[in-house]
Amino acid sequence: MGTDWTWLGPEIIDSIKETLYMVSVSFLFAVLIGIPLGVILVITRENGILPNRIIFSILNIVINIFRSIPFIILIVAIIPFTRLIVGTAIGTTAAIVPLVIFTAPYIGRLVENSLLEVDQGVIELAQAMGATTWQIIWKFLLPEALGSIILALTIAFIGLVGASAMAGAVGAGGLGDLAITYGYQQFKPLVMLITVVLLVVFVQLIQSLGNVLAKKIRRH
Amino acid sequence: MIIFQDVRKVYGKDKTKKVEALKGINLEVKKGEIFGVIGFSGAGKSTLIRCVNLLERPTSGKVLVNGIDLQSLPKRKLREERKKIGMIFQQFNLLHAKTVFANVAMPLVLQGKPKDEIKKKVMELLRFVGLEDKAHQYPEQLSGGQKQRVGIARALATDPHILLCDEATSALDPDTTRSILRLLKRVRDELGITILMITHEMNVIRDICDKVAVIDGGVIVEQGSVLDVFTDPQTPIAKNFVRTVLNDELPDSVKRLIAEKRDDQEHHIYRLLFKGDATNDPLLSTVAKKFPIDLSVYNGMVTEIQGSPFGNLIVGFNGPKETVDEAIRYIQSQNVTVKEVE
Ligand SMILES: Nc1ncnc2c1ncn2[C@@H]1O[C@H](COP(=O)(O)OP(=O)(O)OP(=O)(O)O)[C@@H](O)[C@H]1O
Ligand SMILES: [Mg+2]
Repeated sequence: MGTDWTWLGPEIIDSIKETLYMVSVSFLFAVLIGIPLGVILVITRENGILPNRIIFSILNIVINIFRSIPFIILIVAIIPFTRLIVGTAIGTTAAIVPLVIFTAPYIGRLVENSLLEVDQGVIELAQAMGATTWQIIWKFLLPEALGSIILALTIAFIGLVGASAMAGAVGAGGLGDLAITYGYQQFKPLVMLITVVLLVVFVQLIQSLGNVLAKKIRRH
Repeated sequence: MIIFQDVRKVYGKDKTKKVEALKGINLEVKKGEIFGVIGFSGAGKSTLIRCVNLLERPTSGKVLVNGIDLQSLPKRKLREERKKIGMIFQQFNLLHAKTVFANVAMPLVLQGKPKDEIKKKVMELLRFVGLEDKAHQYPEQLSGGQKQRVGIARALATDPHILLCDEATSALDPDTTRSILRLLKRVRDELGITILMITHEMNVIRDICDKVAVIDGGVIVEQGSVLDVFTDPQTPIAKNFVRTVLNDELPDSVKRLIAEKRDDQEHHIYRLLFKGDATNDPLLSTVAKKFPIDLSVYNGMVTEIQGSPFGNLIVGFNGPKETVDEAIRYIQSQNVTVKEVE
């Protein structure tokens, strides 16, 4: 009597590895693209330190477009682009491309908001001190907004974990895939339960880490 | 040191939203002076002070700082000149994520100064403002007065020759205000830094300024030495400001007495204004001895303006008109201003 569960252990470990790989690499690229996006949005706006209506409008529209496409559609829509970048449109690595494209504009928006929270007085102070544009960004804007940016990145990261589960649709693997394949399609509630618990714990950990970091940095 | 030549500033582009914040400002701040600009909210004070380091660019007119028209400079040169102009703010504008030390060090870090030089300079500045024990605290752990001290230390880091103060004490209580003003006076006296400050508080002007300009609706309506403007304000708005710190309003009982005496041909009431040293002289007793008249003091007070005393007396002169006139002429010859009591 009974089912053989020994296959489950390695399967879960693999899924965790896949999820971590997908999410961390995507996150890294999304941050590298998203933070500069946010900075450019803030400095090129009308009252920014380097106003440029054209750059601001273009970025603004492009970000809005990407932000309005549901992830599952985005995955399919950019298949040719994905293939161009990683050589294939299927698999864990292939999922990273749509994940980055999905998350970077989101991070851009969040970072834009964080930077806008920085007191205008701080920027005036920097200008009165004779700081260059570059110095204003690196020495004043980003450090003053850092606590808030970390919280924003935490939110983006958690969104990314959610999206990575959907990437299972293109055979990306990971915990989401595991839950759908076994828990839903083969109706094994235990597998579903385990993956859900793992995801919840993971998200909780990330959120707590973000909170602690932000609190340490934010001094007001 | 700072010269405004017919400076105008208009905010907003389209006609309906245009605000003329400055309407032709002319002023000159001399080297080593503490120059105060006072005005009500919206008068254009902040705009005026921000035109000095070009946080705001004048729509027309010139501002010369140490002989240089900053508007004519390319960006890089402008940044260099800005380093010679320190600025402190009403809301302090400290960097929350940085320690007191790092805040004060910021202007030097921007200049790429070596670490040990920065450390030496910052500690010296913190000692000057009395915060050497707070170097490693964060702004949130400081009181308002301490925050402004950090602001001052930071503004001094680049050894500027000018300090701009935008309502530097308006967020502080009266005691703290006084201690910050004393510090600013030391900045001028010990470091020889010229200070331009804007405020809406006349006591700030009274306590440390040498010169004052009154701004209203983007126009300088009155300017002069603080003592002159305090003792003899010309415009209603200047009178109002003076009244906020020198209450020369007569009590009702005195007003009644004066009204009763008004018809008395032998009794003449005047207001005597003593400035500076004149306050110390026993003028009234000299007058009483010199002229055959009786004197009665109805009301009086002595305050301090800019460290020197200023007296305001209401005196009744009892005697024949000619003798009283003679006494008044004598009093005027002693550098005392005599006015009719209104
Ligand atoms: N950036 C701006 N855009 C448009 N109008 C402005 C701007 N800054 C100031 N103004 C207007 O210019 C006028 C003068 O403003 P300013 O800030 O110089 O006054 P202030 O004397 O400093 O007042 P307060 O004591 O309230 O600080 C006001 O009518 C104000 O509304
Ligand atoms: Mg103001």
